[in-house]
Amino acid sequence: MAEKLKLEMVTPYKRVLSEEVEEVTAPGTVGEFGVLPDHTSLLTTLKVGELSYKQGGETCHVAVNWGYVEVEDNVMTVLVETAEPADQIDVERAKAALARAEEALAKLTSEDKDSKIMEAALERAVIRVQVAGKTLH
Amino acid sequence: MASLKDIKKRIGTVKNTQQITKAMKMVSAAKLRRAQEAVIAARPYADKMADVLSSLALRVDADSHPLLAERGKGKALVVLITGDRGLCGGFNTNISKTAERFIREKSERFESYELLIVGRKGNDYLKRRKGMEITKVHENLVGTGQVSYPTGALLGQEVIGLYRSGDYDSVFLVYNAFQSVMTQVQTVTQLLPIVPKEVEEGVMVTDYIYEPNAKEVLEEILPKHVEVQIFRSLLESAASEHGARMTAMDSASKNASERIGKLTLQYNRARQASITKELLEIISGSESLKS
Repeated sequence: MAEKLKLEMVTPYKRVLSEEVEEVTAPGTVGEFGVLPDHTSLLTTLKVGELSYKQGGETCHVAVNWGYVEVEDNVMTVLVETAEPADQIDVERAKAALARAEEALAKLTSEDKDSKIMEAALERAVIRVQVAGKTLH
Repeated sequence: MASLKDIKKRIGTVKNTQQITKAMKMVSAAKLRRAQEAVIAARPYADKMADVLSSLALRVDADSHPLLAERGKGKALVVLITGDRGLCGGFNTNISKTAERFIREKSERFESYELLIVGRKGNDYLKRRKGMEITKVHENLVGTGQVSYPTGALLGQEVIGLYRSGDYDSVFLVYNAFQSVMTQVQTVTQLLPIVPKEVEEGVMVTDYIYEPNAKEVLEEILPKHVEVQIFRSLLESAASEHGARMTAMDSASKNASERIGKLTLQYNRARQASITKELLEIISGSESLKS
């Protein structure tokens, strides 16, 4: 049995990660799921959320935004629109975005076209702040 | 023969032009480097997308999704990607001509063709050509900076919307693919319906577990694929444009140097001729005084 799993994370802008890891937890559309080495082939979509992986006993967190995951032959490929590792998130900016989204949302009713957009923005901001907080531990 | 002053003036003009072309070359070189990096960085994403898509398409029926199903032979949409600015050699003209040729050669395949143009220069050229229907022009879509993913995504959604509404039976994408600084490859690809990459025979196709299910995954991935393809072609086109401009400005600077050399020679000859003439006049003047 293989002990490690290759995690590849790519966005349209760049290759974010290419690491050998022991375990990955990802936010699937139908619920959070974990991937260990020798996982069977899998293809699933992701929602906005937090992806974490274990490497050498340490857990790292990444905020991801829409994408999908393919697992095949011990290679896990994560294709996402944006991916921000916890240590690269600008907490101040994320908090400001969160406040902005909340403010905008308070003014809109649920029928508004923009309310969905703002809700998505809010969700992203919440995740970003949450993930950024985890670097401290 | 032009007077000394005239020649001097002309040398000045050419020098000024050369300064501009040199500066433009430098700017393009800097922009090219960034654009080139962006193209290379985007490739793994686009390639992986195509891989997943082709293995998915094998397992689902082609008619199961509107973006995969072949349609009739009515109208086709050609999305042409050109630049907003000139002074880049044959970059804009070549790609516009490629689109025009494509439409004229394939005129039997579809009843009619319409063009959606990105970039002012493509419109400038094609609006004067006969038989070219331009439905929409996006000017300054990319701007002068880097291509951002949302730009590509929005254009992708627009194209998908047009296709889904049934106005068009097929969509083609025409753009300059970046090969090297000197070479751009004019590329025509079919964007919609999506043609999955052929899987070589004998290659094992992995059977995935789909979550939630194959159809929903497909529903998410197909529009994304179109967006990514458009985003990538915008990137390729931007990098090609900078490359083309750099090459064009480089040869313009070289021509200017050559021109300055020739004019300087002419200037020196004229100066010498005038000195000789003056000397002759002085000598002949003093000779006539002596006698």
